[in-house]
Amino acid sequence: MSATTTSLPSVQVRFYQSKRFQNAIRQIILYVLLVLLSVVFIFPFYWMILASLKTNAQIFLWPPKWIPNPVYWENYVRAFTNPQLPFALFIKNTFILEIGIISGRLLSCILVAYGFARLEAPGKNFWFTVLLATFMMPGILLLIPKYILFNKLGWINTYLPLIVPAWFGESYAIFLMRQFFLTIPRELEEAAVMDGANTYHILRYIIVPLSTPVLAVITVLSFKDIWNSFFEQLIYLNSSTKYTVSIGLAYFNGQFTVDTGALMAASVVMLIPVVIVFFIAQKAFVEGISLTGLTGR
Amino acid sequence: MTAISIPVPRKAVSRKARHETVLFYICIAPFILGILFFDVIPLGASLVLSFTHWDILTAPRWIGLQNYIFAITKDPNFPITLRVTFTYAIVAVPLRLAVALFLAVLLNEATKGVGFFRTAFYMPAIISAVAAAVLWTWLLNPVYGPVDGFLRLFGIQGPQWFTDPHFALWGLVMMAPWGAGGEMLIFLAGLKGIDKQLYEAAELDGAGTLKRFINVTIPMLTPTIFFNLVMSIIGALQSFDTAYVISTARAGTLGGPANSTLFYMLYVYNRAFAGFSMGYASALGWILFAVIMVITLLVLRSSSLWVFYEGERKR
Repeated sequence: MSATTTSLPSVQVRFYQSKRFQNAIRQIILYVLLVLLSVVFIFPFYWMILASLKTNAQIFLWPPKWIPNPVYWENYVRAFTNPQLPFALFIKNTFILEIGIISGRLLSCILVAYGFARLEAPGKNFWFTVLLATFMMPGILLLIPKYILFNKLGWINTYLPLIVPAWFGESYAIFLMRQFFLTIPRELEEAAVMDGANTYHILRYIIVPLSTPVLAVITVLSFKDIWNSFFEQLIYLNSSTKYTVSIGLAYFNGQFTVDTGALMAASVVMLIPVVIVFFIAQKAFVEGISLTGLTGR
Repeated sequence: MTAISIPVPRKAVSRKARHETVLFYICIAPFILGILFFDVIPLGASLVLSFTHWDILTAPRWIGLQNYIFAITKDPNFPITLRVTFTYAIVAVPLRLAVALFLAVLLNEATKGVGFFRTAFYMPAIISAVAAAVLWTWLLNPVYGPVDGFLRLFGIQGPQWFTDPHFALWGLVMMAPWGAGGEMLIFLAGLKGIDKQLYEAAELDGAGTLKRFINVTIPMLTPTIFFNLVMSIIGALQSFDTAYVISTARAGTLGGPANSTLFYMLYVYNRAFAGFSMGYASALGWILFAVIMVITLLVLRSSSLWVFYEGERKR
């Protein structure tokens, strides 16, 4: 702007009043803030990893050592070899839950979402309204009756109360899948029906292969939620051989307060899978979308 | 498959429709059964239970409204749980949303390294509440923790945090903005949706950075703020995981020290699964549900005063 105003009676614009200079200042302030804040947000992670690599004597040293020297891996060994708290078993248990819940959720939700996306029937609108209404279902009210139900079935201290409901669909996943299925061209299915395909064939060879982006999103978000979930696991699992990483770590935190190094090592181990999945997933979403090109519309 | 012939006979159509109806209900059968067994029946059972006295071992006894009356008029812990929960919600929710909005605005302005900074701010939001609780008890350790260590540089003796009843809740409040990554991403999406022309028009009218933020960004972002506000309030009133992990490990008692972190959900958990007062805990659940509904409705009602929807015109 200021460059084109030369013909006007000259108003002296000093360099610090110029737009370019002010923009540069803005950028500097912006990036100083971004760097400072990201340090604040990342610092707790650094502190945790640092503590996990120090001897307990070094951990309780003030002022702290900012770089562990020597790097002390023993904490990780102790976190995994504590006989009262088999952390490797907790990881295995959590993966049992992950597989049981995610497979059930995907299979049941694909079926239900296909019904809502493609089939016409009396009562469909009613059931879809019910689906939307469950978003507002107050979890706190269901807690006690569900506990009593699973207690009556003898399922307490097993993984069944956590896994079985997942095989009956989950509203949010159904909704996401249905929205995605609606973007798949119907012509593909119509052509397949001409060739004699039944519903199973349509789901198996058309819907599922074309829906990998949304299936990936649901898988990744479910993985994170199950890994991090605490309340339900706390209620239903009560012997330490059944513990998951969440409850195991909470228990570890309560019992072994002296061994801070091992506690920090266990915490780091607990974070790793979620962080890895998070970074992989960023890529998987983009790839999935570019492969099918469907969500771009 | 007779559907290829163009004049379709009536009967064939109705048979096809019937077939499709059956198929539809087969497909959504898991959903219907799930709703019935894990939502509708439990919800009804919860309401009935809230009018009974039941310790699981003996048969439930109908006591009418007594659970509700006892909670509101006699239970000494009830006002404590409300005070703790509301103090937390009133401070932590605005703090968390303000930080989330600030981070989103910064990211929206940035041109280089956005991905890195976004990941840095979002990272704390994806980790488990248990790991975060373990980590923060260590960060807020009064002797070896970096927070009090930092305060000591200025000659300030930091508080005992999670073992001091006056500070335990504020330690939990301090954790809230750290996990604001999810809200930040929602704000960021909202900011991206604001029409650039509005800023250009404001700039031509001589509005500076702050004026543009107050008069363009905030009004255009009110629907997003509204959404985040409702979701955060509902979440804060049901806080459980962090307070459970920290209070049981550090203070040695659920909701400790001295009930200073006795969140409502901790108390419901305590009544139901430590005291096995299933009827009373159900009543407490319905009271919290009612409180959440009332607050949500109030926010919803107030929204016509401050939430601006584009395309909606005042008459």
